[in-house]
Amino acid sequence: MMIKDVIPGFELFRPKTVDEAVKLLGAHKKDAWKLAGGNDSLSWMKDRVKRPKQVIDLSGVAGLAGIKETADGIEIGAMTTLTDIENNAAVKKSYRLLADAAGHVASPQIRNTGTLGGNINQDARCWYYRSGLPCYRAGGTTCFADTPEGQNREHAIFDAARCVAVTPSDVAPVLVALDAVMVVKGPGGERTVKAEDYFIGPKTDITRMTQVKPEELLVAVRIPKTFAGANFYFEKVADRKSWDFALVNVASAIKVDGGKVSDARIVVGGVACTPRRAVAAEGAIKGSVINADAAKLAGQSTSRGARPLNYNHFKVPLMANLVTRAVRDAKA
Amino acid sequence: MEYKQIGKNFTPPDMVAKVTGAAKYAEDFRPEGLLRAKLLLSPFPHARVRNIDMSAAMKIKGVVAIITANDVPQFPPPQDPILYKEAMFRGAPIAAVAAESEEIAAAAIEAIKVDFEQLKHVMDPLDSLYPGGQNAFTGGNVANVRLPLQTIRWTAKDFAGFDQGKMPMGKPAEEWSFGDLDAGFKKAKVIVERPFLTAGNSHHSMEPRTNMAYWQNGKCYLHGSMQSQAFPLPGIARQIGVKPSQVVFIAEYCGGGFGSKGSGYSEVVISAHLSKKAGGRPVQVRVSREEEYYIGKGRAGFQGWAKIGFAENGRVTAADVYCVQDNGPNRGFWDFRNCGHAVQVILQPETMRFRGMAVLTNTPPRGPQRGPGENQAAMALEPYLDEAAAKLNIDRVAIRKVNAMDNNGKDGHKNDKPITSAYMKEALDKGAKMFNWEAKKKLSGKRVGNKLHGIGVGQAFHGAGSAGFDGLIRITPDGKLHVHQGVGNLGTYSYAATARAASEVLGVPWENVVVIRGRTDRHLPWMIGQFGSNTAYTATRSNYVAAMDAKAKLQEIAASVHGGKAADYDLKDGKIVSKDGSKSMSFGDAAKKAVEMGGKFSGKELPKNINPMTRAAATAVAGTGLMGVAKDTLKKRGMVPGLCAGFCHVEVDAETGSVAIKEYVGVTDCGTILHPLGLQSQMHGGAMMGFGMALSERIVYDHALGLPANVSFNQAKPPTYLELPEKFEWAAAEMPDRDNPVGVKGMGEPVQGAAASALISAIEDALGGHHFAKTPIVTDMIVNALAKQKQSYRPLQANTM
Repeated sequence: MMIKDVIPGFELFRPKTVDEAVKLLGAHKKDAWKLAGGNDSLSWMKDRVKRPKQVIDLSGVAGLAGIKETADGIEIGAMTTLTDIENNAAVKKSYRLLADAAGHVASPQIRNTGTLGGNINQDARCWYYRSGLPCYRAGGTTCFADTPEGQNREHAIFDAARCVAVTPSDVAPVLVALDAVMVVKGPGGERTVKAEDYFIGPKTDITRMTQVKPEELLVAVRIPKTFAGANFYFEKVADRKSWDFALVNVASAIKVDGGKVSDARIVVGGVACTPRRAVAAEGAIKGSVINADAAKLAGQSTSRGARPLNYNHFKVPLMANLVTRAVRDAKA
Repeated sequence: MEYKQIGKNFTPPDMVAKVTGAAKYAEDFRPEGLLRAKLLLSPFPHARVRNIDMSAAMKIKGVVAIITANDVPQFPPPQDPILYKEAMFRGAPIAAVAAESEEIAAAAIEAIKVDFEQLKHVMDPLDSLYPGGQNAFTGGNVANVRLPLQTIRWTAKDFAGFDQGKMPMGKPAEEWSFGDLDAGFKKAKVIVERPFLTAGNSHHSMEPRTNMAYWQNGKCYLHGSMQSQAFPLPGIARQIGVKPSQVVFIAEYCGGGFGSKGSGYSEVVISAHLSKKAGGRPVQVRVSREEEYYIGKGRAGFQGWAKIGFAENGRVTAADVYCVQDNGPNRGFWDFRNCGHAVQVILQPETMRFRGMAVLTNTPPRGPQRGPGENQAAMALEPYLDEAAAKLNIDRVAIRKVNAMDNNGKDGHKNDKPITSAYMKEALDKGAKMFNWEAKKKLSGKRVGNKLHGIGVGQAFHGAGSAGFDGLIRITPDGKLHVHQGVGNLGTYSYAATARAASEVLGVPWENVVVIRGRTDRHLPWMIGQFGSNTAYTATRSNYVAAMDAKAKLQEIAASVHGGKAADYDLKDGKIVSKDGSKSMSFGDAAKKAVEMGGKFSGKELPKNINPMTRAAATAVAGTGLMGVAKDTLKKRGMVPGLCAGFCHVEVDAETGSVAIKEYVGVTDCGTILHPLGLQSQMHGGAMMGFGMALSERIVYDHALGLPANVSFNQAKPPTYLELPEKFEWAAAEMPDRDNPVGVKGMGEPVQGAAASALISAIEDALGGHHFAKTPIVTDMIVNALAKQKQSYRPLQANTM
């Protein structure tokens, strides 16, 4: 019977090292829950919708938090808080885009406890899924959001496949824009995945939003120098200025050489299950001078292939306008 | 008039506890042996409970008591049940379990087997009114306070044109009119006619309605989160099933109620029933945030239509209004009636007809929320004035002034009743000046870069005062003035501010005043609840009459001790002094004398016309000093209009639809200012709540599933600190009310509606006079309007995105 309160009991593990954590994950696999800042986790558990048998608390794992400069950019530990990213001098100097996005997540209180790993690995925010309904993503046989009565204003306009949930993260589009590399550890050792490939849609696996398997752990994110100091633009449009998920967000990193665009990445969040590169827009501006016309063309080029649901066709012009701005207003 | 205390700032006695965290709210009381309780909630929007099997739950170690609807008093529908036999919304409490810990209680909830018979649900009032429509409750589909449960269906003909956006208007449940409406419309130069839709929204009080109770020697001690103190007691006792004298109700602090905790709401007694079943052991029912979104009440939504005729100068010659209220499944509140009342007060139309009804839906129970009905009316109908002003080519402030209520204003369904005072013109003038309306309106619809500027004005009303309640004060031999306050402590500090009406009359300095409040066993007089913007007006009157009674007794005592007549004595500097200055007596000595003299002086004899609750309180403290006790029979010629005008400047991002409030100015017609800092917090807080109502807050359901989308702060989106206007100003018209002894009127509710409607006016102005006719105006609506594409929602559909 329905009760939406009181976290059910679980077995708590507090590993001290990455190896210990990975070992625990390997032992418990799908039964284990990775606990980072606790913001996403505890709401699931308090609603009694997710009931992990084992919880692996990552807060005591050595070496998972911190930002360091490397030969090819910076490396950020997965347990680094969003506040620390927002305020880090090296990030602000070369990758202001990331600091901007981190500073737009949720609220100051959540950014103080919320981590990079937690933010980009958080589960879908589809309100039907969060209600505990047996949807496809929850292992069921239907989607409740994409129906004639479905209240799907916040849902996807691209790449729906049974599930119409979107990526909720403000930071994830930035990592794709900066061509970040994700460092993942598992029982088989360490592997790296490009951010663009890290986030996966329902066609790939409807029960997960990233490539990280239950027995694996994201340990760090490496940001290469590719777009260090480039022209950047981040914007998040939501119903409130704080503690709200993006209806649509955009991140751009644009390198200009001799007055013309030499390289560019424009990534949109909130429109598909993964951060979506606006490939046509990127192509439209490469090699050209940035002006109002180029920006407008970039914006217009994004909407092709969009398949709005009943309540979210506003995302099409909103996305186009944001991409236009991400080209027009990108600054060093 | 020069006052020593009225209109001056002071430190309310509970201020320090609030800012240090020492204040104890209902959830903070945890006596030894406390049992913890959880609620079993209906997972279905509409279902009948066939059977509840508690056998497995009762076997769990640590489970002490389980109650269902069979264990609590039953009341005739549409009154809110304490526990439901027929669940009429998802989240309806079916049973409650008290156990040695919350974990055990939660496990027991999951072990209870409920056999539900699922029933069809309906989430939209118009769907229920449609021929063959569904009733949200098996007994009917229309009900409200003083509107008996009944079934009303309209005809297919009534719904003609509905799919094209026409408001169906079949037989209403209530109707009133005055004047010749047809003649009024014939006289009009411009007529504005269209439907409107306002969404319901949750109260989301910061403090959930957690309650804790225990029984001792046949008395129930109940800690609850409540706006009011004396007023809820009879209702609470009735719901516990005992006499008011058997209940001690403790409510020292309230972390927000906004109308949802004004009177003895049903959930507050669940702990009392569990405790009774647990042999009197203390039981705490801790209500979670999500549960608060189910049972914490919400504002009713409106589906409506209005046709308003305007003469060339903007004067309203005729107003015809139809309002269908989404009432939730229970009794709800009379928002629809208040909609009609607000139209009448704000527009003062020459002729008017109002039709309306409250329709049941399987959505959360509704209750009054700050300006219930009047503030929806402000959001829905102020844009009609903007549209008429544009068509008549007159200024938007001017069209409001030409209709504004003044002291000759009329009230009542026959438009023939007087009002105590109204200074809406003055409020509009003051606000326009502060806002610099004349200069700012040049910005109307102007695009600067990506930003569209909009300038707006709004107004709102709520009745703001009552009369006929009792005041009880005592002067003790130590010279202190004790003001027994029956009002609650909603958070406005008016419990303290209105006590100053007594100390003002008697000339007692504030540091010698003790405000007695917070528990019904502290001997409190009968007093209306702390709701309806009435406390400032009502409680200043009752404390004033009690103080005047005490003053007369002080003069009599001085005359009896020092000779002469009572009229030969005045109160001066905390003493009773003869007019020639030769004789004086301290209040403390007079109090001692009053105890000696007994009779009416010490409260041994009491006035005949006071309420039994006041009589009991006065009797309990009789003989402890000089008592002032009286029923407020002062003149009150009619309704007390609380009014507010708002002015707003916004920037709407032409590419993203984001709204930034650059400036807001609110001007309240609250009579004499009682407490400047308290007033300021109301002006600011009320406006912020209005911005949320206008921009982001709403109840949303999946109609097929009967499932609510917004059951957390994060989803329901009340405004945050970052939504504050860049410039946020306020003022008061500062014209004393004619019938309040210290000139004061209430003000808490209309300040929200004025802010909400001014913001809507500004957004619509930024978009070149585009009228959405739907609130809240959320981001996607603005984006769609800017992109000139159609809106997502179906016309007049309630409880959707």
